[in-house]
Amino acid sequence: MTFELAKRNVRLHLFRSILAAIGIIIGVVAITSMGMLGGALERSVSDELMNMGNSIIITPAGPSIGDEKAGIDERDIRQIKLIAGRHPTIAFYNTYDQIKVGENRRYASVYGVDPGELPSITTLVSGRYVSGTEGVMIGQSLARQYDIKEGNFITIGIGSREQRLRVVGILENTGFSGGIQTDNAIVGSERWYESKYGGRGKYDQVVITVEDLDEIDRIKDQIDARLNRREDIVNIMDFRAMISSIQDAIGQISLFVMAIGGISLIVAAVSILNVMLISVNERIKEIGILRSIGTQKSDISKMFLYEATILGIIGSAVGGLMSLIGGGFLILLIMQDIKYLMTFNTVFTIFYGMCIGIVICIAAGVYPAHRAAQMNPIDALSND
Amino acid sequence: MEICIRLEEVRRIYPMEAGDVYALNGVTLDIGVGEFVAIMGSSGSGKTTLLNQIGCLDQPTSGDLFIEGRNTRELSDFELTNLRRDAIGFIFQKFNLIPLLTAFENVEYPLILKTGARDTTGKPADLLKLVGLDGGHIHHTPNQLSGGQQQRVAIARALANNPRILLCDEPTGNLDSKTGQQIMDILTDLNGQGKTIVMVTHSDEIASFADRIITIRDGVIQ
Ligand SMILES: Nc1ncnc2c1ncn2[C@@H]1O[C@H](COP(=O)(O)OP(=O)(O)OP(=O)(O)O)[C@@H](O)[C@H]1O
Ligand SMILES: [Mg+2]
Repeated sequence: MTFELAKRNVRLHLFRSILAAIGIIIGVVAITSMGMLGGALERSVSDELMNMGNSIIITPAGPSIGDEKAGIDERDIRQIKLIAGRHPTIAFYNTYDQIKVGENRRYASVYGVDPGELPSITTLVSGRYVSGTEGVMIGQSLARQYDIKEGNFITIGIGSREQRLRVVGILENTGFSGGIQTDNAIVGSERWYESKYGGRGKYDQVVITVEDLDEIDRIKDQIDARLNRREDIVNIMDFRAMISSIQDAIGQISLFVMAIGGISLIVAAVSILNVMLISVNERIKEIGILRSIGTQKSDISKMFLYEATILGIIGSAVGGLMSLIGGGFLILLIMQDIKYLMTFNTVFTIFYGMCIGIVICIAAGVYPAHRAAQMNPIDALSND
Repeated sequence: MEICIRLEEVRRIYPMEAGDVYALNGVTLDIGVGEFVAIMGSSGSGKTTLLNQIGCLDQPTSGDLFIEGRNTRELSDFELTNLRRDAIGFIFQKFNLIPLLTAFENVEYPLILKTGARDTTGKPADLLKLVGLDGGHIHHTPNQLSGGQQQRVAIARALANNPRILLCDEPTGNLDSKTGQQIMDILTDLNGQGKTIVMVTHSDEIASFADRIITIRDGVIQ
């Protein structure tokens, strides 16, 4: 019956109750859409980062001096492959060079890779892989930028070193993966690269893709012990620390963004508190009557807590629904991809936001409920 | 005579800035089981204060109050609340019904307080019928009822848990004399059934229904 009384009071003062609930609705919408946005951001970055998380990158330690190009030689690579064992290991050449398409010039990364290795680390969008020294492939982003199709020609190099080459294939974008980054790059065969840039047998990078993250340290240590015994020949690095610090940063951004939502919930809590205090004040006489006919203090406070809970549940339910729409809109606006909306994380965030909304309402009702329960029955009864 | 209500040197002092108000100043009084007592006195003499003490709505500043042999000073707020629910029925001048509830629900409410569940026995309707209210009226809210009807509901509510004591503060004060007469008939009946009744009134005519009249002046029984 105390619940019934609470319900009827909400209905009796519908307009006031709706105003109070609007505060909670806004609060829940703010906190959940911010949370959803943060979560979506986190995942879209994580998707990109995942590709590089399990790579070990090995580069020459010394600089190239004059014509003496620094590089990792065949003997070292054999050692590395021996240590890497079953983990796929690939060595390649890499430089920057100017490219020209029509009248447009820019610099791009140029890779020289063993054609036999290419299918295992890249995916074709169209065309075919290179073979021999004829033709190159380009990344999807670069292709889009200059509207290049397979069969078109591009020019690589400056002045006398200029070389016109046919594009034989387009490579799918991979995002920021640890080893070879082909999105905006030119990829040719090893033999073509050697013939154009020289430095045969002096590779610029070796990438080991480690399936089991726990093995990264063991492999790094062994390579270091074997190759850098007398002097540092190679630098060995992986991206775990970098990924976790990026993820930390994004987590903090999400938290900050949610804190902003939290502020609006605090404002909502104050409005609930206010409405509940008004409700208690209006019902002083009723409290006196209820107490005089034998209602316990605890039941009086329950009555007001129920009222706050009803406001909280209604406000949070509406808020949850609206944040699904609002959050979806924001995600669509910022990430241009709705796939990040309907995920477990989103549902969880909305549920979480609604719980916070309800809890805050109840918390805001505690003090008014306590005040109502502690009222002296005589004073309450004589209130008109 | 078996004692139902006993007051020993009861004082109720309201501390005010302009000086303490002695609303009750050493009241000693015995009321027997089944007695019908009227309390009279001028306005501000302490009648309501006395009734509130007997009804355990308030604690005496000093002195002792015994309800059916139990010293109320030794009872917790929880126990006093249960005493009000089970042993005492209140009837006020201003009816004091719960505005959000219908007549039926107002009477049902004390039953729910006791049993923790909604009534299935039809007792509220029986009680309302007993005090002369039936038909569609029982599903009206208080503001849809006349004063006389509201007071009938209030009496039915006071009777819900079959209390042994009825405390009435000017029960006819807001009613015309004919309706007042009807209410007094109901109270006299209830007294005949063994209920102890303590009633505050300004009217000699109403007081004449009681077995005994107690006059109070400035918080002291004359
Ligand atoms: N809550 C209170 N605070 C301070 N003084 C009070 C309070 N309640 C009552 N009094 C004082 O106590 C005295 C007795 O009041 P009480 O209400 O018992 O009078 P009463 O006999 O019922 O009067 P009436 O016939 O007008 O109802 C009065 O002087 C009143 O001003
Ligand atoms: Mg009075």
